[in-house]
Amino acid sequence: MNLESQLAQHQAYLLRFARLQLRNDAWAEDAVSETMLAALSKPQSFDSRSQLKTWLVGILKHKVIDILRQRQREVSVDQDEGDGSEELDALMFKADGHFAAQPADWGNPEQELSSRQFFTVLEACAEKLPPAMGRVFLMREWLELPSEDICKELQLTPTNLYVQLHRARLRLRECLELNWFGNRAAT
Amino acid sequence: MILRRTCKEVAALLVAREDRALPMVERVALRLHLAACQACPNFEHQLSVMRQALRLWREDANENPSPAAKSSTNSPDRR
Repeated sequence: MNLESQLAQHQAYLLRFARLQLRNDAWAEDAVSETMLAALSKPQSFDSRSQLKTWLVGILKHKVIDILRQRQREVSVDQDEGDGSEELDALMFKADGHFAAQPADWGNPEQELSSRQFFTVLEACAEKLPPAMGRVFLMREWLELPSEDICKELQLTPTNLYVQLHRARLRLRECLELNWFGNRAAT
Repeated sequence: MILRRTCKEVAALLVAREDRALPMVERVALRLHLAACQACPNFEHQLSVMRQALRLWREDANENPSPAAKSSTNSPDRR
């Protein structure tokens, strides 16, 4: 199989991640096209077939960071964004600081963590984060950028970065509980 | 008491620990609370499941099955 058709097999996968990170379909398509072009222009820089995807993801991450940089003004976090996080806190805890409901036991979900359905739910939960918060979270968890770099790229103070990540983690937990772990216990 | 924390405070510390190292006094307060609380250890476990899930997702283990579940306990202060 030639490189071109091998690349085509990975296109949908790359686009999914680019969309989640950039939260803009046109930018995501640009990032993936540029990744494909970069890969085609120097095929000698990758060797074995098993590493093709890893190699492509590496290129994609660079393209995505370039786009975040070019679009800095548009992706900057609105610091006063009312996003309902206080409500989430109020739902989780009673006034005296105790949990309103005991957090569920998620068990040892080793099997589930290798199932495709689980990751579909995880991605859907990440997609449901508000765009600015989702970008910050993905920069951390997918691009794996150090905090200082995320602050620099998005013009965030460290405090604001941690607030965004904190809210994102709570929402993701809530979403997984509702759509995966909670349902599982019921069946 | 200086080391006493509510579940709400402990949950906030546990979430914060995913992204930054906690000061010594908070780490001590956390351990004291977790040792005595019924609810918070479940919350801590949920966060560790999420951490493991995000790692596998990043590494795309769902399409290359096997590395799953090898180490469920990577350090929270990983970065």
